[in-house]
Amino acid sequence: MESKHEEIKTRIIACFKNKLTPIESPSNELVFGLKPHLLREVATELKENKELLFEQLTDLCGIDYLTYGIDEWTTKSATNSGFSRGVTRQPVILDDADSFDGERFAVIYNLLSLKLNIRIRLRMFTGEDNPPIAPSVSDIWSSANWLERETFDLYGIIFDGHPDLRRILTDYGFVGHPFRKDFPISGNVEIHYDQEKEKIIYKPVSIEPRTLVPRVIRNDNRYSEDIKDNNDG
Amino acid sequence: MAEIQNYTMNFGPQHPAAHGVLRLVLEMNGEVIQSADPHIGLLHRGTEKLAETKPYNQSIGYMDRLDYVSMVCNEHGYVLAIEKLLKLTPPKRAQYIRAMFDEITRILNHLMWLGTHGLDVGAMTMFLYCFREREDLMDCYEAVSGTRMHATYYRPGGVYRDLPDVMPKFETSDKRKKKQVDQLNYNREGSLLDFIESFTDRFPSCIDEYETLLTDNRIWKQRTVNIAVIPPERAINLGFTGAMLRGSGVEWDLRKKQPYSVYGELDFDIPVGVNGDCYDRYLVRVEEMRQSNKIIQQCIKWLRENPGPVMTDDKKISPPQRMGMKDDMESLIHHFKLFTEGYCVPEGEAYAAVEAPKGEFGVYLVSDGANKPYRVKIRAPGFSHLSAMSEMVVGHMLADVVAVMGTMDVVFGEIDR
Repeated sequence: MESKHEEIKTRIIACFKNKLTPIESPSNELVFGLKPHLLREVATELKENKELLFEQLTDLCGIDYLTYGIDEWTTKSATNSGFSRGVTRQPVILDDADSFDGERFAVIYNLLSLKLNIRIRLRMFTGEDNPPIAPSVSDIWSSANWLERETFDLYGIIFDGHPDLRRILTDYGFVGHPFRKDFPISGNVEIHYDQEKEKIIYKPVSIEPRTLVPRVIRNDNRYSEDIKDNNDG
Repeated sequence: MAEIQNYTMNFGPQHPAAHGVLRLVLEMNGEVIQSADPHIGLLHRGTEKLAETKPYNQSIGYMDRLDYVSMVCNEHGYVLAIEKLLKLTPPKRAQYIRAMFDEITRILNHLMWLGTHGLDVGAMTMFLYCFREREDLMDCYEAVSGTRMHATYYRPGGVYRDLPDVMPKFETSDKRKKKQVDQLNYNREGSLLDFIESFTDRFPSCIDEYETLLTDNRIWKQRTVNIAVIPPERAINLGFTGAMLRGSGVEWDLRKKQPYSVYGELDFDIPVGVNGDCYDRYLVRVEEMRQSNKIIQQCIKWLRENPGPVMTDDKKISPPQRMGMKDDMESLIHHFKLFTEGYCVPEGEAYAAVEAPKGEFGVYLVSDGANKPYRVKIRAPGFSHLSAMSEMVVGHMLADVVAVMGTMDVVFGEIDR
């Protein structure tokens, strides 16, 4: 299994030279990064190259890296007064900012080659544009059609060349992109049926956001590679 | 008077054949469909976003509610992804229990599919027959987890608890006399494994019963043969998996090709269709039930012979014994930490997929080292299948839409997430 992984990795690197950059994966998967302008070229080659044949796009999704690696409850040193239960929330970044951090939004492509029986994953950052734009691959893999619509709906990433880029999962007339990290978990509007007006009324949410379990990051030594090596030796 | 050529028709979301909350906007020419535009999302709950706000273990229950007729298979995908990041291998016995429950779930799911698919195209009896057997399998769920559907039984590192030694029994009441109750309890005297074994002995003849009703039935064939034919290349390109892909003649099953759990050690075959129509997909799924039955029998045999732990002994991940907490300081701390904060998963990302009854159920997990996932993406098989709806129904009649919907085995819990 290991050698097969390595062999295909070298095959892909040889085939694409500097178009794809390998990304280290602790769970031993084949992950590559690429730039948006190369996507369609690389995708076509991955699908049609007789030695690769990544014929199936298993999954396509977006990621918002806005709060990556940020915890809500950091304890720097021990205190003698105890820790506060309060969590530190990140300030909300407005959606109408002119541009994003270049590494904020990424599109992930999970590909499967039935011939080689292997999966690879491509990660593509969309860059600084607002709204983020990525080329569509729905004419290369048909399954991308709805997946791109979903990613557009949830993250607001626009897929250039998509035949029918409409919202898919959220309500008709929904405002915002709910899976962005700056979108609150309780949403922005709540609805109820008004008996007198005899229609559905939208109004801003009345519930406060709350955190039941704070997000913490423990740098657990058990998973640290260098310490593991030391222990073995 | 101007002649009207095409018109649009709204199908669902309240239609009983819409299998939940599908709204289809059909463009019709007479009774022939010109195009179909499925509107989904009426059951969207934002499961993935909810999972990002909770410690890992608290989201296992959400997985049940995705594809709510193949509950533990979804859990399996999720815990496999966590285990991949934690580099954790559950004990062998836990893996066998998982395989057994995956197959029980496959039968549960296929029975549900067969019953409703039959009902959709007019075979009322199928529904009653299938639900009769589902009842017993739900009882297995109940015996092991306490609930009939949403088990929350799998955990990273194993399963919640070992198989029980006694099977819950029916009790007498005003409505049920002793004689009836004894009849109902005839196979509940032993352990859960005995109960499942008696089911597997009986089940093949039940499948024969279903097949006598449908396989050579003229009406059934007229409604399914040559309906929604998908050639293999298209099936792959459209992202089909599971029985939808195998029905088109592609020999692809994750249990064989990328074995997870203990599937590498089990003996079973994967049925493959020829024509890629609704009838072939029916045959594939019926044969899958027989194969699942075979797998369950092998698992029962193994589980009888090999007692052992069903949960990893890594106390950072699995809760300590209740008794240990009474007199052991460390157990108490572990318990407190695990249930207040959870465990932190090392930074990284992983994609784990299982062969769920409907196809490939994958979970793509991104962790930044916290006690909650940074991103969870659920790859639902039904999503890709439904996206091909338009392609599958164009040129067919309106009545075929329900046959196609039946053959896709759609469940909106997973499609809308």
